[in-house]
Amino acid sequence: MNWGSAAEFFAMGGYATYVWGSYAVSVLVIVGELLLHGRRRRTCLRRLGRRVRPEKNPS
Amino acid sequence: MKPRHKRLTLIVAGLAALGGAAAFVLNAFQSNLVFFYSPTQVAAHEAPAGKSFRIGGLVQTGSLQREADGITIRFAVTDTAHIVPVAYKGILPDLFKEGKGVVAQGQLGTDGVFQAKEVLAKHDENYMPPEAAEAVERAHKSVQQSQKTLVQ
Amino acid sequence: MELNIWRFASPQVIYPIAGRMVPVFMALAALFTLAGLYIAFFVAPTDFQQGESYRIIFIHVPAAWMSMLIYLVMAFWCAVGMIMNTRLSFMMALALAPTGAFMTFIALWTGALWGKPTWGTWWVWDARLTSELILLFLYVGFMSLHAAIDDVRRADRAAGLLALVGVVNVPIIYFSVQWWNTLHQGASVSLTRAPSMASTMLAGMLVMTIAAWMYGIAMSLMRLRTIVLEREADSDWVQELFASPACGAKA
Repeated sequence: MNWGSAAEFFAMGGYATYVWGSYAVSVLVIVGELLLHGRRRRTCLRRLGRRVRPEKNPS
Repeated sequence: MKPRHKRLTLIVAGLAALGGAAAFVLNAFQSNLVFFYSPTQVAAHEAPAGKSFRIGGLVQTGSLQREADGITIRFAVTDTAHIVPVAYKGILPDLFKEGKGVVAQGQLGTDGVFQAKEVLAKHDENYMPPEAAEAVERAHKSVQQSQKTLVQ
Repeated sequence: MELNIWRFASPQVIYPIAGRMVPVFMALAALFTLAGLYIAFFVAPTDFQQGESYRIIFIHVPAAWMSMLIYLVMAFWCAVGMIMNTRLSFMMALALAPTGAFMTFIALWTGALWGKPTWGTWWVWDARLTSELILLFLYVGFMSLHAAIDDVRRADRAAGLLALVGVVNVPIIYFSVQWWNTLHQGASVSLTRAPSMASTMLAGMLVMTIAAWMYGIAMSLMRLRTIVLEREADSDWVQELFASPACGAKA
């Protein structure tokens, strides 16, 4: 174990901005990638649904 | 042109472009992106005279001095063959240490002293805990010690 | 019998298989990330030169490796697509490109945040940093060129050619620290010699690298499924898949 306390852990030996800045942005990028893809997939499914269903059940 | 020939032409063109891009990029790196010159290259007048360039090497052990004004720092950059004295006013990076790598940007004065505008630390690719580093240091010293004893 | 392998080159066959693989690889990615982060922060010791700032290595290096590897795989699929004329190959390449670009961005960003406290600068135009930036441009160029051309087949070929020309940049990135004077240090881990890192630090980096692989596979398969639907929207099998509301919801 490297850290005596939680405060020490978050201070990262004085490099908190750099270390946590790196990790935080990486998490943001990955979450962003997942959200972007989710949006793309939903758009695609909505288009497909509109395209297929009208001829199947013409109401 | 048959489709097969067309495809072949495309592939040949692609390969030619690839070769061209490779040559271009390599050439660009070789001529313009020489990141730093070593003290030996400086001694051989390979570095551009009268222009700003970078020198790189190790900070010679025992060469680091702070002048009385408190901001001017003097040290020597060595590649073990040649030495370039450097003067610098400013803040040194955390990893700047004697015996470690350094890259400085500035101009070579007529007095042979390199007037640095920016000093960067170039660290090596070794990562270990402090205890291990101390052990390596001790081992290194004891080898030197035994060599000395052997010579005597 | 000999056509069995080619069966897998069909989007229709890959679509459900990829669908079953995505959750598996995502779960593995999460697992390896947790294990990797634990090693990175609680097992790996402080570095003798850089103190705690070196802990950026646990994302920087896996992301940088991934950025190069994904490009190679992407270019490989483009080459396969151009030679064999298989439509799935280009879909694979397109599915990989955004993840590769994001990995490149992470490598550059974490590199800047690591360079400031250790070297004393966010950025320098040395060969390693410059060639990695060119890699980001190549990814963006690949995606925008493909998006710019309306005819999908022509877009595939044009973007594929760009990807293949750009492959030359990958060995340049990898060997830049040996070929030129750079501010960036040499490789700590290479095939030709023992790694110059304490074993727990190395373990953390490798576990994080496996996590990045798993994420890359999961993400690109996910995106592949969407691209397949986008591009095969008119085909019978997609129409059938979406004809019954239950199946459409499941897809």
